[in-house]
Amino acid sequence: MPFQVNHPMLFGLAALVILFVLFQSIFFLRKAWKHALELGLSSQKLREMSISTAVFTIAPAVAILIGLITLSKFLGLPLPWLRLSVLGALTYELPAATAAAEAMHTPINSAVTDPAVYNAIAWVMTLGILSGILLILFFQKKMAQGMHKMKTKDERWSAILMDSLFLGMISAFLGMIFKDLNHGLAGWIPVFVLLFSAMLMLICGLFVKIFKWRWLENYAMPISMLGAMAFAIPLTAWIG
Amino acid sequence: MNTKPYEQQIHFWGRCSLVIALLMFIAYPLLSCLIFNAWPRPVDVLAGLLAIAPVYWTVGIIEALTFSPMLGSGGSYLGFVTGNLTAMKVPAVLRAMQLMDVKPNTEEGEVVSTIAVAVSSIVTTTILFFGMLLLTQLTPILESPVLAPAFDNILPALFGGLAVVFISKNWKIAITPLLAMLLLFLFMPGLAGAVSLLVPVSALLTIGVARLLYKKNLI
Repeated sequence: MPFQVNHPMLFGLAALVILFVLFQSIFFLRKAWKHALELGLSSQKLREMSISTAVFTIAPAVAILIGLITLSKFLGLPLPWLRLSVLGALTYELPAATAAAEAMHTPINSAVTDPAVYNAIAWVMTLGILSGILLILFFQKKMAQGMHKMKTKDERWSAILMDSLFLGMISAFLGMIFKDLNHGLAGWIPVFVLLFSAMLMLICGLFVKIFKWRWLENYAMPISMLGAMAFAIPLTAWIG
Repeated sequence: MNTKPYEQQIHFWGRCSLVIALLMFIAYPLLSCLIFNAWPRPVDVLAGLLAIAPVYWTVGIIEALTFSPMLGSGGSYLGFVTGNLTAMKVPAVLRAMQLMDVKPNTEEGEVVSTIAVAVSSIVTTTILFFGMLLLTQLTPILESPVLAPAFDNILPALFGGLAVVFISKNWKIAITPLLAMLLLFLFMPGLAGAVSLLVPVSALLTIGVARLLYKKNLI
């Protein structure tokens, strides 16, 4: 069969995998939702939280779409569509594909025409990211049991430990945002965006407290994120 | 009716779905090789893997160890299949738990996390599907230089809001790792490419500080 990066068969294969993962998400969603109600969580609050999560997801998903556009010029649509819809992340797929192409001395500024090169890249992208998923497959149950044990032993410390994990992750990413400060004023743009996002979150918090706008709590995160992203546009035009 | 406790069911279905997902992920390159009758030279695959696997396998292991306690079992089984953890699933879960006023490592936290990961994953899949259908129309908009700064700054925009929520509640624990990471990136900006590897370093430092403060009854 003659190869091309956007071959209908490849679309079919990608669609099949994505459909399965979509089904898996719906299956887990239903199971968790049912159990949440059994645990006495309010269905209205769950609905509000879900809508808030959905709205929050839009901006990162659009960023992923941009990654898909970038990769599609080189790998066609099906493979990036599959990799970015499931399993992969924007930060992983582009470097992985580039590294694989470089290893085979293939340029990345035009669509791959050699099926053997395409398949080699697909193998590298697939095998290069499996460690996390394998660890979860074999050790998630053990890790969960360990966490339960710790909680039974000292519940307060267990809660602090979880908060510490969050804070550790947030600190690493916050620190990274300051990496370009020695690049002059342009290096401050991410810092100003960060502060603007924090300020929007504080304002939302104040509105919730003062005016009792509880609905705003659900949208504070998307508002601060999208607001700060929008702020980056005139800021970059001005400074950058 | 399934009478197994919820947790056991999650482990059972989680493992089953993970095995199927793994097989399906591998099926894509395998079937592509069969369909086009074009097998890559093993040495090429190996060369590509050598270029990325040492870092990405390490990152994968670190992510599993760091994120799994935050996401709980259902969230982990689903999150590690659906991907996009750092900039999407984990922040979504943190915010969802905060909105629902539940804690991780509790039954309530577990279900809220699973719901947040599932919703986030369904929305992403839907946006990518429609985005792909409308790619010709969307490409000039999404790739316009006007919008580029907005998408270049997605991480600061995301973590600014999150930081307010979580650091304000735990500033005593947060101050040391925050300063340490800030100084580290200021003096060694090249480490930005390895931020995923620094997450556990920062997490361990935070846990150490928290333990010290906890022992001294300061938190």
